[in-house]
Order: sequence, then C-alpha cells, then structure tokens
Amino acid sequence: MVEFLSFREGDAGQEPAVTVESFTGQSNSTAVRIEAGEDARELLPFLDRLSLVEVNFPAYGDGRGYSAARILREAGYQGELRAVGDVLVDQLVAMRRCGFDSFRPDKALDDAAVERALNRYADVYQKTVDGRRPVWAKRHPETANG
Amino acid sequence: MYRYDSYDQSIVDARVEEFRDQVQRRLAGALTEDQFKPLRLMNGLYLQLHAYMLRVAIPYGTLSGKQMRKLGEIAAKYDKGYGHFTTRQNLQYNWIKLADAPDILAELATVEMHAIQTSGNCIRNISSDQYAGVSADEVTDPRPWAELLRQWSTFHPEFTYLPRKFKICVIANEEDRAAMRLHDIGLKLVLRDGQIGAEVYAGGGMGRTPMVAPQIRDFVPEEEIVSYLEACLRVYNRYGRRDNKYKARIKILVHELGVEEYKRQVEEEYAHMRELGLNPPTEELDRIRPFFAGPAYETGLSDDLDRSDPAFALWVDRQVAAHKQPGYAIVNISLKPRGGIPGDASAEQIALVADLAERYSLDELRVTHAQNLVLPHVKKADLHAIWQKLDEAGLAEANLDLITDIIACPGLDYCSLANARSIPLAQKLSERFAAADRQKELGELKVKISGCINACGHHHAGHIGVLGVDRKGVENFQLSLGGSGAEDASVGQITGPGFSEDGVVDAIEKVTNLYLAEREEGERFLDTYRRLGMKPFKEAIYG
Repeated sequence: MVEFLSFREGDAGQEPAVTVESFTGQSNSTAVRIEAGEDARELLPFLDRLSLVEVNFPAYGDGRGYSAARILREAGYQGELRAVGDVLVDQLVAMRRCGFDSFRPDKALDDAAVERALNRYADVYQKTVDGRRPVWAKRHPETANG
Repeated sequence: MYRYDSYDQSIVDARVEEFRDQVQRRLAGALTEDQFKPLRLMNGLYLQLHAYMLRVAIPYGTLSGKQMRKLGEIAAKYDKGYGHFTTRQNLQYNWIKLADAPDILAELATVEMHAIQTSGNCIRNISSDQYAGVSADEVTDPRPWAELLRQWSTFHPEFTYLPRKFKICVIANEEDRAAMRLHDIGLKLVLRDGQIGAEVYAGGGMGRTPMVAPQIRDFVPEEEIVSYLEACLRVYNRYGRRDNKYKARIKILVHELGVEEYKRQVEEEYAHMRELGLNPPTEELDRIRPFFAGPAYETGLSDDLDRSDPAFALWVDRQVAAHKQPGYAIVNISLKPRGGIPGDASAEQIALVADLAERYSLDELRVTHAQNLVLPHVKKADLHAIWQKLDEAGLAEANLDLITDIIACPGLDYCSLANARSIPLAQKLSERFAAADRQKELGELKVKISGCINACGHHHAGHIGVLGVDRKGVENFQLSLGGSGAEDASVGQITGPGFSEDGVVDAIEKVTNLYLAEREEGERFLDTYRRLGMKPFKEAIYG
C-alpha cells in the first residue's frame, strides 16, 4: 500500500506546513497548507520562499483544490505541491494534470491500482500545467500552440 | 457528422476499460457502494428504485443510423426492450444490470458513443438546436463548437468535482429550440463585423430555484471561447456554494454575487487565462467543421407534395418544418403517442428510425430536448413513404408543440428522487386532449411535468407546468402557467393550491377553456396568459 507518493526528484518536504494566515503574517516558514475555500492567490507574493504547499481535500468531491493547484503552477510555482486528505486513486490523474507532484492520502492507496490509473490514458484533451500535449496539439503539430 | 479519430477512440476505449476495472472491484467486494458511487456516477450509472439506470450521451443530439441501431440493439439485449429519450437529448435505459454495464459501454464505443459525464458534478453533455445545420436562418451550424467543447470538457482535470452539475448549450439562431437560457452557461453564436463569436449567458437553470440566465458578455471571439469558459468555470469552482446542495448551482453564485460582480471576476480570470495558450488553434475548428458541412444534397428537386390523403396532409402540416435546401424537409417524429410514455421508444421503433435515417435522411437524425426525434434531411418526394412507415410503427402522431406533446420526467415509476408519478399524469392528459381538432384549436401549448423539485421535466418552462410533490404521503400536483424555454424564456407562476392527479387534468382543461374564450387574433395560450395575467386563470380554476 502507498502512504506517500511523490513525483519529484530528491527528498520530500518535511517541514510542518503552517496555515495560510500565519504564513502570510510574520512567519518564516517555507511550508504552507491551504484549506478548501482559502484563496491560493494570497500566496503569490511569496512563491520564492515556498518549498512546500499542501492542499487539503476535506472530501473527495470538494474540487476547489484543483483550481488552487493550477493557479499556483500558472503563477510559476516550482516547489512541491502536495495533495492531502480524501485523495482517492481515481483522482490521481486529474490532480497530476493540475500540477500536484506529491500525495499523502488519508487512506493508503493500492500500488497496483495507482499504477493502472496513472497509465490508463495515453491522451488528454486540455492544455493544463503538466506539460502534456493535448490532442489538438498532436493533431496540429505545425501550429503555434502545437 | 463528426467521426472519431484514433485519439478520440483511444480515450473512449480507455474509459470502458477503466469502468470495467471499477465494476469488477465493486462486484468482488473490494469497493463498497459508498466508494463505488462517485465512480459510477461519473459514468452515467444511477441506482434507481428497481434497477440501475444507464444514461448514454448523445452529444448535441446528433446521431447516425448506425449509432441509433446500436441503441436499439442494446435496448433489446440488456434492457426490457425500451430506450427513453430525455430532456437533455440523451438516452436512458431503465433496467440495467451492473455486471452488464461494462459490456454495454464497450458496445457503445464500437459506434463512437459513450456515457462519459452524463452524471456527476461535472460538465455534462453539450446540448444544441435540433435543427442545427438545416434551418435557413442560423448564423452558422453550432455543432462544430459543440464538438470542440465536448472534447474540452471530457475529463477536464480542474472541473470534474464542481459544486454541482454543469450544463452548457450552444445555439446559433434567434429562435431558441434548445432552452439555451435555462442552462448553466448558454452560448449563442453571432456574427459581428464578419467574425463569429458568442454571446454568453450564465446562471440559468431549473430545479428549486428557476432562473433565466442573464447575459454576461456580448461577444467572445470564436477562437477564445475555451479560455473564456475556463474563466467562468474557475470562478464557479472556487466560489460556488458547497455547503448546501440545493444552493450549489452557478445560478445561485451569480445571483448572490450579482451579475456585475460575477462578470468582473470572470473578466479578471479571463484576462489571465487567455495568455496561457489554452485555446485550440483555429486549425482544430477547421478540422472539425467539414464533418458538419451539409451532406451532398440533390439539386433541382420539386417542392410539390401530393396532399390528397388527409391524414398525411395533417401530419405534414404539424410535423414537417422548412429546410434550407429546396426540395428537402425536416421531419419531426413524435414520441408522444396517445396515452403513451413521453420519450419512450421500443427497440423495434429505434431500429425503424435508424433504417429511415439511413435510407431517407442522409444517415443522420437528431434528438430534441422535448423528447422527440428528427430526420433532418428528407426529400419532400419521400415524405409519404416515411409517413406510412412511421404510421405502421405507431410513430406518426401529429402533435408537435401541441398540448399532447408533453415533456415528462420518469417520475416515481423509476426515479429514486421523485415524489410523484409523472408518466400516468402525462398519459391521462394525452387521453383527455386526444381529439385532433381540439388540439389544433388550442395551438402551440407546451405542457411540462416534473415528478419532483429537481425539475427534469422542465415544468418551470412550460406554458403549462406541473410539479408533483408529496403532501403527507399523498401525491399532489402544483400547476404553473406562463413559463417558456424559448427565445422569450420565462419562469412559470404557481396558480395556487395543488390538486390530485385527476384534479390537475380538470384544472388544465379549465385554463385552456378560458384561453379559447379570451384569446385575441393570433395569440397562443402563452400570449393570452401574458396579456391577461394570472387572475382570470386563477378564478377559472378555483372560483
């Protein structure tokens, strides 16, 4: 069973993540945790000193964290972006596509199921922040966005 | 018609295998029903009162003969021999076994069909005008954009766990046959300075808080529609309510923020999104567009029709609409036979319509949100032969947009959410108003019935709407008047205290009698209601 999953080179961030409020206050912390409903854009002025952002999924159906992740990556955040909480195997691909590169689910995941899920779809329709070329780019390799 | 390339096919095939894996885990007991539920719901599989229901997507309501035939085969093989066409231009099977669902999806994939995102809190099947591509007055065929959006919305990673379901409609006509402004987002394609773009409407919907969508932008250039929609969806995903499922649709967000503030937030996000290279290149729309280019019409055909058979002439006058190509016509097939179940078709009827589409309609047919079918490219010279075949199969009812062309949800006969039975009421109304002369006399009159507050039967948008509720364990029906899902969209007003099933049929008879007595030249029921207001109708019912 997988309790922690990372797609990053090197060690995962170990520093305990602080709340957004304490982080944007006086903290020197380099790790922060975003709760569902908090505005990821509050972190944008501080991206340089962040090395870990945890995004909490209180329930699998609460999709706000997907937007939070993409916003951070769109703003150029390069550090670790970790999905925590009610993270299920069937959501790993969408989370990866939104920029998450590590996962600490409340309930450990089955290794084989993770492997199958990650390799299921050879193609994607949307351009996001994961660098995968969408189907339209493959169809039109000669164009600017292709 | 759009055809999959190897990319489209591989994505749908991968989905079939993913779902097969999930079903096997469920059947083996590795997944509990609670864990399985979100997975099956992403694939259109609901656990209903008596069995599983599978909802198959019919993107923008367009189908080939081959696809239709497959739907009939599945009905015969895996269901009790029926398919049910829905108000979202989809098809539902009401008697499915869980163990069969992966095989059904595999069969659908062989004809480029799927059940992806036909349920769940994600972007649902894109709906459109059933006359797309064949009506003379459209700006352009909206379906290339609908297909572009089908692909964009399929497994969209950011927008798969939205606060609530999300419905998008694309039309390109002043006349709105698709209830565009009752969608979460409605796009109306328009031409401005020689360029195609979209008027955007957001926050429409039915349910317990019906709203007609306000316009939030008067023009988005066609090549930026994707990034603009990403902005609309992102604002909704971040700020739509998640504390109460009944307040989670985008209409509530738009209402609570105010249209101007929602617009402002979307514009801010759009300014950011449009820089990210999210829009497919124009070459992609150019690739899709030819699939929808008009088929090879014959030219020089006659528009003359032999109307000597009165039953045929009656059917032509009601069911046949003008086609942009001389010598051709659009045929509407009613799925509302006298005393029947609105939207139901037997496996044999589905097979027949597939044959007719192949033989007489350049291999194409459409599904309408009013739960009827359309053969979009029929030579006028073939109309009589088609009518005869439809008549033999019980499909030649001449009641398009008349009082017996009733929209009804499955209701308490099938649905686990329902409070009341919609189908028996639709059947009673259909019998009460069956006389052809009377229907013709009443003219355009859209009756829509929902068996619960979720409003799948579009009752808010009915000229006459009926909502079934549960009152202390007894079915009770509320009547509303004055709704419309068309270009003059409006939400109906409740008349007053509800009725029994027979009582509501009587009440509808009373309001139609008042209309006949009070109407002025050329007025439809809806027009008379709007002119007179609720008061006289209320008196006629309760006085």
